Amino acid sequence: MKSFVRLTLAGMARSCVRGHRSALSLPMLLLFFSATLCFAANPVLIGSKKFTESYVLGEIAKRTLNETGIPAEHRQGMGGTIILWEALRGGQIDVYPEYTGTIAQEILKTERQLSVQEIRDALTKFGVGMTEPLGFNNTYALVMRRNEAQRLGIRTIGDLGKHPELKIGLTHEFLDRRDGWQPLRQRYSLPQLNIVGIDHALGYAALAKGSIDVKDAYSTDAKIAENDLVALADSFDFFPKYDAVFLFRTSLRDDAIGALRGVAGTLDEARMVRLNAEAERTKNYTKAANLYFQNAAGSAVTAGESFWQKLVRWTLRHLELAGFSLLLSIITGIPLGILASRGGAIGNMILGFAGVMQTVPSLALLALLVPLPFFGISVRTAITALFLYGLLPIVRNTASGLQDIPRSLRESAIALGLTPAARLWQIYLPMASRSILSGIKTSAVINVGTATLAALIGAGGYGEPILSGLNLNDHVTILEGAIPAALLALIVQWSFDLLDRVLIPKGLRL
Amino acid sequence: MSALVQLLAVAKRYADAPALHPTDLSIERGKTTVLIGPSGCGKSTLLRVIIGLIPPDSGTIDFDASQITPVNIEMLRRRIGYVIQEGGLFPHLTARANILLMARHLGKSDEEMHARLLELCELTRFPENLLARYPLELSGGQRQRVSLMRALMLSPELLLLDEPLGALDPLVRASLQKDLKEIFARLCQTALLVTHDLAEAAYFGDDIVLMNEGRVVQQGSITDLRERPANPFVSEFINAQRSVALA
Repeated sequence: MKSFVRLTLAGMARSCVRGHRSALSLPMLLLFFSATLCFAANPVLIGSKKFTESYVLGEIAKRTLNETGIPAEHRQGMGGTIILWEALRGGQIDVYPEYTGTIAQEILKTERQLSVQEIRDALTKFGVGMTEPLGFNNTYALVMRRNEAQRLGIRTIGDLGKHPELKIGLTHEFLDRRDGWQPLRQRYSLPQLNIVGIDHALGYAALAKGSIDVKDAYSTDAKIAENDLVALADSFDFFPKYDAVFLFRTSLRDDAIGALRGVAGTLDEARMVRLNAEAERTKNYTKAANLYFQNAAGSAVTAGESFWQKLVRWTLRHLELAGFSLLLSIITGIPLGILASRGGAIGNMILGFAGVMQTVPSLALLALLVPLPFFGISVRTAITALFLYGLLPIVRNTASGLQDIPRSLRESAIALGLTPAARLWQIYLPMASRSILSGIKTSAVINVGTATLAALIGAGGYGEPILSGLNLNDHVTILEGAIPAALLALIVQWSFDLLDRVLIPKGLRL
Repeated sequence: MSALVQLLAVAKRYADAPALHPTDLSIERGKTTVLIGPSGCGKSTLLRVIIGLIPPDSGTIDFDASQITPVNIEMLRRRIGYVIQEGGLFPHLTARANILLMARHLGKSDEEMHARLLELCELTRFPENLLARYPLELSGGQRQRVSLMRALMLSPELLLLDEPLGALDPLVRASLQKDLKEIFARLCQTALLVTHDLAEAAYFGDDIVLMNEGRVVQQGSITDLRERPANPFVSEFINAQRSVALA
């Protein structure tokens, strides 16, 4: 589990370009999928990034549209900037909340500070429109413990220069960003060498315990107040402005665009901090978003799912991901293994390909598939990645199981006069069945484990509570996903042990 | 009467070493021909070339007056039985399924197969109640009897046996030798048997073919070999085996 956590942390840091402490509550994916099938009218699809504020903004957009009588669905926590941007351009979503600084830096790739109008003009050629700023600027900040800052007399980022002994823990993303640590350090001529890369959520714990003294944060982060931290003043205006906006496809229906524009200017920083805090406290984004509509007449409709309902939903999705990908791995893996068992250039190529597939880290595989036309942010992508991942054990075990059949027995089958097809089906495959099944079992167990990563691209499953818990630094939530995932792996293992008795011919089990 | 199998200048090389120099050989109908010689002399290669497990580099093989080609070999294999040292039984199939495998593949009727099975059990002195066992549940001698039944199931015109008794202990071996010889006689079976044991060759062989280093050194009865050796190797081979037997 530990290694998974590490992987996930690294992956999150990279995939969420504005990687806040996110909180992935319960993407209503199943709901979403059934909804897309059932609803005659196409709902407006709203995406959000994998952090609390984005979720809340997504919920606000959804309810805003709903209240105008426009059906809308919210696909929560789909990933980072690039994933959302590609999904928007590809038409997989219609709307998502974004920040002007991120648009300039990450999407338009410019170093310059752009005005809202400049950004809007630049987006037009992508078929994307932008609302006016919603009202708050969520920029980067460096934060410290309040008492520590007072004791050392640090008020601004520049003051850090006087205390080179301070330990700085930064998210990997902040370390890498073009408006991140390196240029900041140059701008303020900071001497600090003692820098560690740490996950955003874990960073707050490290800060509280004193294992680091300074970390990066976001100005509307509810944790700042909650942990009695203080944000250091950016006296040189180093950090660009990150005004929150909604991006939408210009092809979106006019009444929907109009409704979204209505949100502009209604959310100031204090209000956003309050909504974020509410979301973190209740772990219910819908509820937090409802605070925004407090003065309106509408009432909260979405009732929270019970744990057991969630568990059923996660389990079904997890089984779908792991099961379907396993089926594909079997259907293609066994024939490939048969080809590979014949050796030669083709055999080596097949084994080489399957081997390479497995050395690609599963996160990277997911990330590589997302921008491809057919894939994007979907269950399809997760299943494809898992399928490629599960291929090697099956291909290799099929090939080696067949190659291990003694030559004398192969020759006996030939000498009997059996046709090649009959030799394969009646002799070779049954004799290799133990090896093939053990390959399938390995693949199944790997898939059950790896499928937890599918939540990173919003495909759901047990990864959902794990990610959510990770971002909230909430161990109970992590265990809600981790324990069922481990149990499922065990059950899969046992089921295959039972299956062995049915599928492996008795003569081979003596 | 013409020979059932006729080899003409059949040769085979592995990498740079010749396994079989151009060799002529005829296998007469109704007789047991024994291939004998030291390890690596090419006797197994010769057998495997006949059943098409190894393609010869040159030369022709006629079976029942028609030449064996890659096209007709699969059909011809159904007219040839093949028994190897360890039996070559498929471990995932019961003795019965092993024996009936090919007949089932060809779609023979159940009654026909059952009748033939009983006949074979009687012929090879194999207890019917052991037919449901898997190869691993049978003794070495029993496995060879099953293997023989499998080879005989389709009443082949030619039976090829590659050291069929080589892995058995002496007592089992002796009893199986005796049974085999009786079976050959009862069926008037044309058989080609490979062995490295001269006594076994003498016991079975109407016709003994002594091979060395990929060539046929001498062909004839045991008396021919013993009394009219073609060259010093023949005497040496016969004397070596005899002294082992006496020791």
